[in-house]
Amino acid sequence: MLSGLEPLIITSETNFVNIGERTNVTGSIRFAGLIKDEKYDEALEVALDQVRGGAQILDVNMDDGMLDGKAAMIKFLHLIGSEPEIARIPIMVDSSKWEIIEAGLKCIQGKGVVNSISLKEGPESFLNQARKIKQYGAATVVMAFDEFGQADTYERRILICERAYWLLVNEVKFPPQDIIFDPNIFPVATGIPEHNNYALDFFQATKWIKENLPGAKVSGGVSNVSFSFRGNNIVREAMHSSFLFHAIQHGMDMGIVNAGLIEVYDLIPKDLLKYVEDVLLNRREDATERLVEFAGTVTGAGKEKIVDNEWRKGTVEERLAHALIKGVVDFVEVDTEEARLKYDKPLHVIEQPLMAGMNTVGDLFGSGKMFLPQVVKSARVMKKAVAYLLPYLEAEKSEKNSSKGKILMATVKGDVHDIGKNIVGVVLGCNNYDIIDLGVMVPAHKIIEEAIAQKVDIIGLSGLITPSLDEMVTVAEEMERKAMKIPLLIGGATTSRIHTSVKIAPKYSGPTIHVLDASKSVAVASKLLGEDTDNFSAAIRAEYEDLASSHHSKQEEKTLVSLRAARANAFKIDWTTYQPPVPSFLGTKYFENYPLAEIREYIDWTPFFSTWMLKGKYPQIFDNHIIGKEAKSLFNDANELLDQIIADNSLQANAVIGFYKANAVLDDIEIDHEEIKRIHFLRQQGKKGSGIPNISLADFIAPKSTGLSDYIGGFATTAGVGIETLLAGFEADHDDYNCIMIKSIADRLAEAFAELMHLKVRKEYWGYETTESLTNADLIKEKYLGIRPAPGYPACPDHTEKNALFRLLDAEKNTGIYLTESFAMYPASSVSGFYFSHPQSKYFGLGKIGEDQLDDYVNRKNMSKEEAERWLAPVLGYK
Amino acid sequence: MTIVDIVKERILVLDGAMGTMIQRHDLQEADFRNDRLKDHHISLKGNNDLLSITRPDIIKEIHEAYFEAGADIVETNTFSSTSIAQGDYGLQDWIYELNYQSAQIAREVADRFTVLDPDKPRFVAGSIGPTNTTASLSPDVNDPGYRAVTFDQLRIAFKQQIEALLDGGVDLLLLETIIDTLNAKAALFAVEEVRFERKINTPVMVSGTITDASGRTLSGQTTEAFLISISHCDLFSVGLNCAFGAEMMRPYLQVLADKTDFLVSAHPNAGLPNEFGQYDETPEEMVLQIEAYLKNNLVNIVGGCCGTTPAHIKAIAQIAKNFKPRRIVYAQ
Repeated sequence: MLSGLEPLIITSETNFVNIGERTNVTGSIRFAGLIKDEKYDEALEVALDQVRGGAQILDVNMDDGMLDGKAAMIKFLHLIGSEPEIARIPIMVDSSKWEIIEAGLKCIQGKGVVNSISLKEGPESFLNQARKIKQYGAATVVMAFDEFGQADTYERRILICERAYWLLVNEVKFPPQDIIFDPNIFPVATGIPEHNNYALDFFQATKWIKENLPGAKVSGGVSNVSFSFRGNNIVREAMHSSFLFHAIQHGMDMGIVNAGLIEVYDLIPKDLLKYVEDVLLNRREDATERLVEFAGTVTGAGKEKIVDNEWRKGTVEERLAHALIKGVVDFVEVDTEEARLKYDKPLHVIEQPLMAGMNTVGDLFGSGKMFLPQVVKSARVMKKAVAYLLPYLEAEKSEKNSSKGKILMATVKGDVHDIGKNIVGVVLGCNNYDIIDLGVMVPAHKIIEEAIAQKVDIIGLSGLITPSLDEMVTVAEEMERKAMKIPLLIGGATTSRIHTSVKIAPKYSGPTIHVLDASKSVAVASKLLGEDTDNFSAAIRAEYEDLASSHHSKQEEKTLVSLRAARANAFKIDWTTYQPPVPSFLGTKYFENYPLAEIREYIDWTPFFSTWMLKGKYPQIFDNHIIGKEAKSLFNDANELLDQIIADNSLQANAVIGFYKANAVLDDIEIDHEEIKRIHFLRQQGKKGSGIPNISLADFIAPKSTGLSDYIGGFATTAGVGIETLLAGFEADHDDYNCIMIKSIADRLAEAFAELMHLKVRKEYWGYETTESLTNADLIKEKYLGIRPAPGYPACPDHTEKNALFRLLDAEKNTGIYLTESFAMYPASSVSGFYFSHPQSKYFGLGKIGEDQLDDYVNRKNMSKEEAERWLAPVLGYK
Repeated sequence: MTIVDIVKERILVLDGAMGTMIQRHDLQEADFRNDRLKDHHISLKGNNDLLSITRPDIIKEIHEAYFEAGADIVETNTFSSTSIAQGDYGLQDWIYELNYQSAQIAREVADRFTVLDPDKPRFVAGSIGPTNTTASLSPDVNDPGYRAVTFDQLRIAFKQQIEALLDGGVDLLLLETIIDTLNAKAALFAVEEVRFERKINTPVMVSGTITDASGRTLSGQTTEAFLISISHCDLFSVGLNCAFGAEMMRPYLQVLADKTDFLVSAHPNAGLPNEFGQYDETPEEMVLQIEAYLKNNLVNIVGGCCGTTPAHIKAIAQIAKNFKPRRIVYAQ
């Protein structure tokens, strides 16, 4: 049993194993020349020809006085290691120098064969070498050679082999199946009568070995036998073929041959075969003379080697794809040139046929039809093609003018993969970006130092392996620490939009964007360095935040902690140093027919546009070249209508606010009110990362146990009283436009009114933020202290709690808003909610809850489980 | 009873992931430093093996959790404790201490559990990772003949690790996550040297990694070629770990089970990593796959790799009890 990248199992049923002989400097003048001239590419071709010709083991020999044999052995075996088609088969490390053999064994990952060791120097060094070979995990050829010389008779052959066998098996515990005897194949038909029986002796010795030395194999260098007929390939090939025929019958397992050039025994002309066999089998005294004489009449080149170049007939795209998939570099420059002339721009050659080929490679790898060393060869072809195109790409670039920006690119620490990164670099370079490529395995600090020193405009990170994902996060963190602002682009096979949005973007406040492939890089770079960069970055950030939050909620659904554990991980506020602010009044306060002109100033127009399906932030939306005009005319119409409503006083805005003494008891708020004693909140139950709490709104009110007097507020606002009359008028005119317009304006006014009341509460009625001076934009961004969450929204999704709120406020009576049976507010343009004043209070999404919390909740709330499950169906994290 | 006797009686359970458990602690740079390392010039965060010195409490706790879950064998926290892998952190001079301390921590915990339940003796396997280099592949696409590391550099590095692990008291050696067989052969060479010099016969487990859908190691060998290439050494077991989840590993495990007369081990990941490089397979899901191994007589030793936790190992240990170990039917 031997192995290269694939196994080679030799059993008694295996007919015969071909050992390729052409990669031997002592046996092939051509190969020796290639190695001496350091033409390793061509030398590899020789090896490949042997494999394609059917060699199942490859013999490599570098024993030449003019060579540094050890260095050549290492170099050639390393190169073979990178050629999967060759490395597929086991290697036979062939040398008469132990030093070279050992160097060779250190280069092969499979189980190879040593060729050879012998008793020439006596048993001690023989056994030491065998021990080492075993430790390196190789089989070995043992030559029939001892202290007295090479065995040249049948008797000497079996004597030496028997002695060597038992020494190996008994002294070294060498596995017998890993012992391969070479009982010496010597030239016949030399004219010296003593040589006439050489072949026959070999056959008989082989038979004896196979019968008497269990497990041992027999091999030999077949070409030796025909040495006398150098120059006459037809005769030589006939001799080899016939020799093998008989040797195999006697039990020979393998032989060193010119794989691919073995004549088929049955195809040897009968007359030639007779002369040859007379010699080999020593059948007549004059066999040699007769063969020599006959040999003079047969000439010819012998068997031709056939090269399969069928694929060269395809189109240039097909040829490039073939070269990429098979990792053939030979024609890549020719083909790339042809493609360059065919396509409009050199860049298109990369973007189209080359990328298409690499995509196929990726698919084949993904489906298990290629493996890594093959992919590495494909990458080499790709690099060569790109390198060929580079001067043309450069030339084209210099025809254009100034640089569009400076982009630093790097493969992150721990990762060496750079093909994708290089392609992105080339593509961006062609689009007139200056590329600073820091190469592979670049640590975070180096990336940042260079980016700062070279004043780059964008950093692009690349990585292929999973650990690179974490390293990219590290780079983002470091960039944040250095307060950098420039965009960060993320790319590479394992990277994804979801990973970038969840793990990387949150760590860096500058634009952080995942770039799928080279083709997308130019668009992204130009947007980032263009005029609309802020909008682009904001849009990406918003998109990534959505992705991240939906990812988080999905994650949380997967793993819920117990309610007990969630409560233990509540949001921690240090109440010992906190004095809750006291509202200016307790109970309720009503605002009827509040001036719309004042409310109008607090309108957030962005949702108004989104009601009308126009996406964009106010006021930048007016600059948008597609929808800007439309948005502006809509805005004007809305303001005209608003002017009229204010002038006519046709809509009425009412509000109620209230404050109550309150303390938290677990997730409930105990309230000092004659009717409503408790408000019930839910708690996040998703499994959180370390340091992240499971929040409930109850956490923002001082617990009863603190002894502090804390307060909670409530409010309801509407701007929709009287809307029915207006709608009826528009409907009578079939004026759908104004129907929608009036509804959307009333909605905005109700929200604006809530914003205005909240401001008044903070500054005046609760009065904890007397110095606050925020612009409307700041208000929209919720930059103030305290929150006003609404029942039915993410932090407290139970709509039924609106009932408690409305009774606290006695809202129906005083504002004209009432609750429908499904706890919706009417008029629809109404807003209600709770006020929390603690500076650390914040909005959050509840996520999913467990059955344990629901059971606890229905108990607290005195509600049936079925009803609670119906109202809370979207947040239930159990079935 | 020695492990060689016990493994004939029942299926042995190996522990689960170390890294996954360490991640739960959300450690910072300071956790990877002590007085002697406080001025170290390179960031050490992420060098998990170093925790055996700077935060031994964490490592000890993880070993305990796995033994409690029912593992027979825990692996030392030394996956990257060779001079080559630690070179990235500038800690090549800490190799002896890293391996010795890690072995000692595991030894102490194992002995404590054995005393509590002498019928279930616990063992320590010295974990030997592949290093972060490959002797068969060039890291430079443009220079296929280049190698970043030589056989002898690997052999020396592994020998240093093995000697320290043995001094620290490990019962076995576990060469795992083999991505390049030549690296493994260098480690096995070192094993033989140490066995010979110390006149010991410490059992050695060898576990390869099939890295992609083609069913090959990173360095391109098929499972059977890998097996042939490491079978010259006297091994306690041969197996597979990492890369795939249990389900995808199965056909390759079958190859080993059919073709070797060594014991067979498997410690797969908890499924395939998601987009975040994390593993999602639950103990319940994983144990179904492991049960299929057991039913098909594939393994003698079973455990978990990346993403597995004490909950996974507990589930595996419970199911493994119900099955007989793989019988070796193969004879050459």
